[in-house]
Amino acid sequence: MQPVIFEQRTDQIRRTATGEDFAIACNRDSLAGAVSQRACVFCGSRVVLYPIADALHLVHGPIGCAAYTWDIRGALSSGPELHRLSFSTDLREKDVIFGGEKKLEAALNELIDRHEPKAAFVYSTCIVGIIGDDLQAVCKKVAAQKGIPVIPVMSEGFKGNKRAGYEAACQAMMRLVGTGDVSGIPPMSINILGDFNLAGEIWIIKEYYERMGVRVVATITGDGRVDDLRRAHGAALNVVQCSGATMDLARMMQSEHGTPFLRASYFGIEDMSKALYDVARFFKDQDPGMMERTAALVQEELAVLLPELKKIRADLEGRTAAIYVGGAFKAFSLVKSFRHLGMRVAVVGSQTGTEEDYKELAAITDEGTIIVDDSNPLELSQFIKEMDVDIFVGGVKERPIAYKLGVGFCDHNHERKEALEGFAGMLNFAREVHRTVTSPVWRFTPRRRGSVARTMRKEAVS
Amino acid sequence: MCKPLGAALAFMGIEGCVPFLHGSQGCATYMRRYVISHFREPVDIASSALGEKSAIHGGGPNLKLGLLNVMKKYGAGVIGVASTCLTETIGDDVSMLVKEFRKEFADLPLPEVVHVATPSYGGTQAEGFQAALRAVADQLAEDRRTSPQINVLPGFVSCEDIRHLKDVFEHFGLDAAILPDYSERLDAPAQADYVKISEGGLPVSRIKAMGGARASIEFGRTLDPAKTAGGLLAERFGVPLYSLGMPVGLRETDAFFAVLEELSGRAAPRRHELARGRLVDAYVDGHKYLSGKTAVIYGEEDMAVGLASFLAEIGVRPLLVASGGESGRLTRAVSEVTADILREPPEVRQGVDFYEIAARARELSPDLVIGNSKGYRVLARDLNVPLIRVGFPIHDRFGAQRVQHLGYAGAQVLFDRIVNAVIDRKQTDSDIGYGYI
Ligand code: SF4
Ligand code: SF4
Repeated sequence: MQPVIFEQRTDQIRRTATGEDFAIACNRDSLAGAVSQRACVFCGSRVVLYPIADALHLVHGPIGCAAYTWDIRGALSSGPELHRLSFSTDLREKDVIFGGEKKLEAALNELIDRHEPKAAFVYSTCIVGIIGDDLQAVCKKVAAQKGIPVIPVMSEGFKGNKRAGYEAACQAMMRLVGTGDVSGIPPMSINILGDFNLAGEIWIIKEYYERMGVRVVATITGDGRVDDLRRAHGAALNVVQCSGATMDLARMMQSEHGTPFLRASYFGIEDMSKALYDVARFFKDQDPGMMERTAALVQEELAVLLPELKKIRADLEGRTAAIYVGGAFKAFSLVKSFRHLGMRVAVVGSQTGTEEDYKELAAITDEGTIIVDDSNPLELSQFIKEMDVDIFVGGVKERPIAYKLGVGFCDHNHERKEALEGFAGMLNFAREVHRTVTSPVWRFTPRRRGSVARTMRKEAVS
Repeated sequence: MCKPLGAALAFMGIEGCVPFLHGSQGCATYMRRYVISHFREPVDIASSALGEKSAIHGGGPNLKLGLLNVMKKYGAGVIGVASTCLTETIGDDVSMLVKEFRKEFADLPLPEVVHVATPSYGGTQAEGFQAALRAVADQLAEDRRTSPQINVLPGFVSCEDIRHLKDVFEHFGLDAAILPDYSERLDAPAQADYVKISEGGLPVSRIKAMGGARASIEFGRTLDPAKTAGGLLAERFGVPLYSLGMPVGLRETDAFFAVLEELSGRAAPRRHELARGRLVDAYVDGHKYLSGKTAVIYGEEDMAVGLASFLAEIGVRPLLVASGGESGRLTRAVSEVTADILREPPEVRQGVDFYEIAARARELSPDLVIGNSKGYRVLARDLNVPLIRVGFPIHDRFGAQRVQHLGYAGAQVLFDRIVNAVIDRKQTDSDIGYGYI
């Protein structure tokens, strides 16, 4: 058997050990021939901008790029649903030879007339980068004709990885921010950044903030609206979730509009509470009562959550988990969440983590944990086996790896239809972990027949 | 869907083969995700992961490095390289690069490398599928005259369909080489380990023997033999080609069985006679539920033709047959298979997208829609009619790999599903709550 680790990737895989300085290589191009779980720049910007529900999303390129991203995310809207369609200019051979600008212009005109969107995002794909269509010019022209913002998103797939796509998306959004009227926005107001309202999660979070007495101006981009983005600079604070996606927007808004930002995660008990307390602390001078209200809110929620978790924990104590997600920030929260379930994380990795991210992961996980950057199915399956974990948390591409190895799975990616944020989400998460880990089916899978039976016997005896 | 996706699926049907997309990372990842959610199996598609530099200076070095890596880590016996929009546009000559690769690393035990040009802007997933098969036949098949095998080129069908075909050929005592055969690879049993290259698939030795086979059977009434593997084998090696419709429904299956009888020199085995008899019996039992009902069909052209034929014979009138494909042969094929039953052929639309299909379907207001999951929201839900899920992709139901379409058995399954969908609708729509319909 050949070893599964590519020599070129050995420095992107580390095991934590106490007393040692932790270092890992990351932020590299994916290795040719390795089946990376990563997508492309276009994918990154599509993920971020997709939930803006009253905008037109037009993919300038051959049909595939748009078809693969058609309504695959769980981002919900409370109103318009234009985002759930995936328009494409469907470039053909002759367009590739003669250029696709005319086709783009015609498509924009037709679609804008038909759907009357508040704005249009035009994504450029690999091939557009090669044939050199002048997206900027076409967008400018159509914008002038139609009187709505038509914004090019420079997301040619090959120009980096998903991270570069986030940046392109943020630059696109920045063209809207600051163009709207900010009157009527109260001083205690925030924007929620970096949440995509999967399974309605942003509604949970928004409700918490509103209970605290904070007005949410724009939700970026979950349940997003063009007009909210335009007036987002009127909010007093940006609360940014996730390590990569909308950080650039927060930075740009800080330097251009002076809007301060703080980072948050809505997964798990500590991080969710912290996200609320941090905002309360920010406004404490203006509203001395807010801290108290926040504490009451957290207590109220925990009073419901903790007894439920306790029951679930009884079955999960001592089990182990592997995590492989897009952004590393989510992994922090997951490590902590598993701890609440009595579980240990033995493998953790991400597609696009930074050196600091991985350092922090090393710091919060137990000794001997495997930490990996930009992994692939061969490695992941190897790690899962070696650590004999009970559950794997990842996205749709990781699911069959777990199942083939007879291991439980939880989808923690953009496609999930289950709300996992907030206190309510923590309970959903715990239940989902419980459902999969305790399912009797693992008794029958060839690989784990033995080990599952052993744990059961042990549990029965103790 | 795009052309390289079809090629990757076709390559999955070869034993020991790893599909490889020459392009940027995104395409491969998107396709994997798409295929994984249909089959619910690991699908490893490698990529040359081109970055900005290679996109400008050519992807040759990345392609070669990628091939080496796949060879080393996966131990691939075959690598199926499909180009993408990007590499076609920058003008990489994959054929030449592969030649160079073979020369440069001649000292290593190299896998077979098959390559196909699949710029997506030049065609659909179905065309990519056929193009890959033709490339496989072109680059691997040899003339070995004595081979007793029958080449079977079923087109893009489900894993269950392939398994069924294998059984049928076996029952006739015929030696079938089915290309592609991903019935095991994309629907693998639970195993003790993560298998790098899932087992199953048509062995390369059988592909090599295709040039000397007794005959080829190729399904697809919209195919142009000048562009298919069957056509190539006939032209280059003189292997007789039986070009048939996809055996969906009674009549198309009868035509298929007639060929099997001819090739095997024996009558259809009793079990198939019985299955056929039961199917006709079910047609009679269920006819009143369906008679006079109307449907809209969409999806890949050949499957759509098969479904049109099947619906016509069970008394459901297809109002519209629509496909994104543009073979230019769909209209004729549909009228051929419906001519002796329908007074006038259904409306046919080629090269259409869902927006157009939905707009027309709204005017036609059918009782049923038949096609893949993508039509759920824009067609079935919107029109408030049942959707019978067939084809690819099926992302919102369980068991896509096991959906049966072909043969008497497939027709039976489809028929039962359609009748039950109609009954279910009637039941839900009624205020009374009949438990007996
Ligand atoms: S670039 Fe071409 S090959 Fe790649 S996903 Fe888009 S359409 Fe498919
Ligand atoms: S063509 Fe480029 S932009 Fe489109 S999916 Fe492939 S990598 Fe992404």
